[in-house]
Amino acid sequence: MPIVTVTTRDGRTKDLTAQNGRSLMENLRAGGIEEILALCGGCCSCATCHVYVDEDWLPALPPISADEDDLLDSSGARRPNSRLSCQIKVSDALDGIAVTVAPED
Amino acid sequence: MRRRRHRQRDHRRGAELRHFDVLIVGTGHAGATTAIHLRQLGNTGSIGLLGEEEELPYERPPLSKDYLAGKKSAADILFRPCNFRAERDVTLIPGERVVSIDPGARTIGCASGATISYGNLVWTAGGRPKRVAGAHVIRSLADVDTLRAELPSATRILIIGGGYIGLEAAAVLTSLGKQVTLAEAADRVLARCAAEPLSRFLEAEHRAHGVDIHLNTSSIDHNQHDLVIAGIGILPNVDPLLQAGAEGADGVLVDEHCRTTLPHVWAAGDCALHHNPFGPARPIRIESVQNASDMATTIARALTGQPQPYRAVPWFWSNQYDLRLQTVGLSNDHDEVLVRGDPATRKFAVIYRRAGRVIALDCINNVRDYVQGRGLIESGVEVDAALLADPDRPLKSLLES
Ligand SMILES: Cc1cc2nc3c(=O)[nH]c(=O)nc-3n(C[C@H](O)[C@H](O)[C@H](O)COP(=O)(O)OP(=O)(O)OC[C@H]3O[C@@H](n4cnc5c(N)ncnc54)[C@H](O)[C@@H]3O)c2cc1C
Ligand code: FES
Repeated sequence: MPIVTVTTRDGRTKDLTAQNGRSLMENLRAGGIEEILALCGGCCSCATCHVYVDEDWLPALPPISADEDDLLDSSGARRPNSRLSCQIKVSDALDGIAVTVAPED
Repeated sequence: MRRRRHRQRDHRRGAELRHFDVLIVGTGHAGATTAIHLRQLGNTGSIGLLGEEEELPYERPPLSKDYLAGKKSAADILFRPCNFRAERDVTLIPGERVVSIDPGARTIGCASGATISYGNLVWTAGGRPKRVAGAHVIRSLADVDTLRAELPSATRILIIGGGYIGLEAAAVLTSLGKQVTLAEAADRVLARCAAEPLSRFLEAEHRAHGVDIHLNTSSIDHNQHDLVIAGIGILPNVDPLLQAGAEGADGVLVDEHCRTTLPHVWAAGDCALHHNPFGPARPIRIESVQNASDMATTIARALTGQPQPYRAVPWFWSNQYDLRLQTVGLSNDHDEVLVRGDPATRKFAVIYRRAGRVIALDCINNVRDYVQGRGLIESGVEVDAALLADPDRPLKSLLES
């Protein structure tokens, strides 16, 4: 099972054992990362699952969809490595990925 | 397959009076969020999270979407898959219904006879669906489990009510191969919350998927159907509060910090009647995850000495078939409706204005307008109608002009 390293808003880092086939958002929430509100439950409607992905891992991710891109624009904290964690499916290919919870809007 | 093994029934310690510094009534979105945010904001007192349902807190939106469709399990829709008790030291009290409140003694009374005292009471009891005899409802996990158990033997399904829940259920059930009839008393679906262009668009979409829509129809023969579902709105659960003297009628009245008119009693979510800064002049209730979540945060802030009035732009979403519907703002009391883009392309927006200002947008497969329209609502600038209706002109650019 892949390991995801997540940095929360207080700067603390935690390693989570993630489940393949589920979204990164679901894995973060299952891992007790409460800062990920994910209010819409992962249907790409709210942008409250916003994370920054460690640059080295960006190429390993599925391309950003137009909807995700537009929705990310709603965040004042958007950066080039911003992603909505509900749009990323976890697989072995992401073993070791590092993400940081984006600040609250 | 009920989730009884999750039950954490730890409150029955004989007859002594239990006390919580903060007692939250209702384990839905608002109640669970209040508990988590209190801890996140540094509250260290005792917290009780009491509710009528047996399940751990879960999310309702999937009940008429992926959970009904069987694409998500009960575990998938848990509110926070964390253990409230172990990780957050929140005492869960499931299966208890509050029937009375004594604001002087600061106690609540439960249907079981239990009495619990509180320092502050947070009322997040949501609403109960209006009923039609013999019809299922879609409000709780238990409701949908009952409904799903009957689905295999049902072919012809009648849905009463063309609101969001009825329409979402119609979309799921037709995709499961059911013959769906939808009866709406008004002359269009979504009559209470959206303008006609959206209603007509959705009616056409549902009809194209095989839903038999009957408008202006309040009575239809149930016997021709194997199963009936009513989605005709909710009644706020506020009786114990109003009986205790809290101000309110269709909901319990709260101020900008979500305080009711009773001392040490707060309310949030579907049951809270409030003056919304983005809404009409009269107090309203809002039934949305955004409202439940942001009001809960408002209470948690006030209770931890970091008060911040409730002032969040309302938003809502719905999914039907491959349609992504997103609403931002509140369209109540609009005096003008503009359609931006061609509904035939299945990507457009309905813009609501009041006195020349944009107050809300319904966006269909149109995330960009949803995101950029929020800025127009927040800024309150007046923009020319022709510019707003021009889909080639980004809404963001109108803000700058
Ligand atoms: C099928 C469905 C689909 C939805 N889809 C969407 C959507 O797509 N987007 C969106 O934004 N919103 C949606 N909503 C609305 C959203 O789910 C609600 O606004 C939200 O759940 C409100 O949260 P709440 O905590 O105020 O109330 P609730 O979630 O209703 O929780 C109230 C709780 O209090 C308990 N309770 C009631 N009375 C008592 C009592 N006397 N004593 C003890 N406990 C009591 C109830 O059993 C319940 O568990 C949907 C709702 C439903 C039902
Ligand atoms: S959970 Fe809402 S957009 Fe990801």
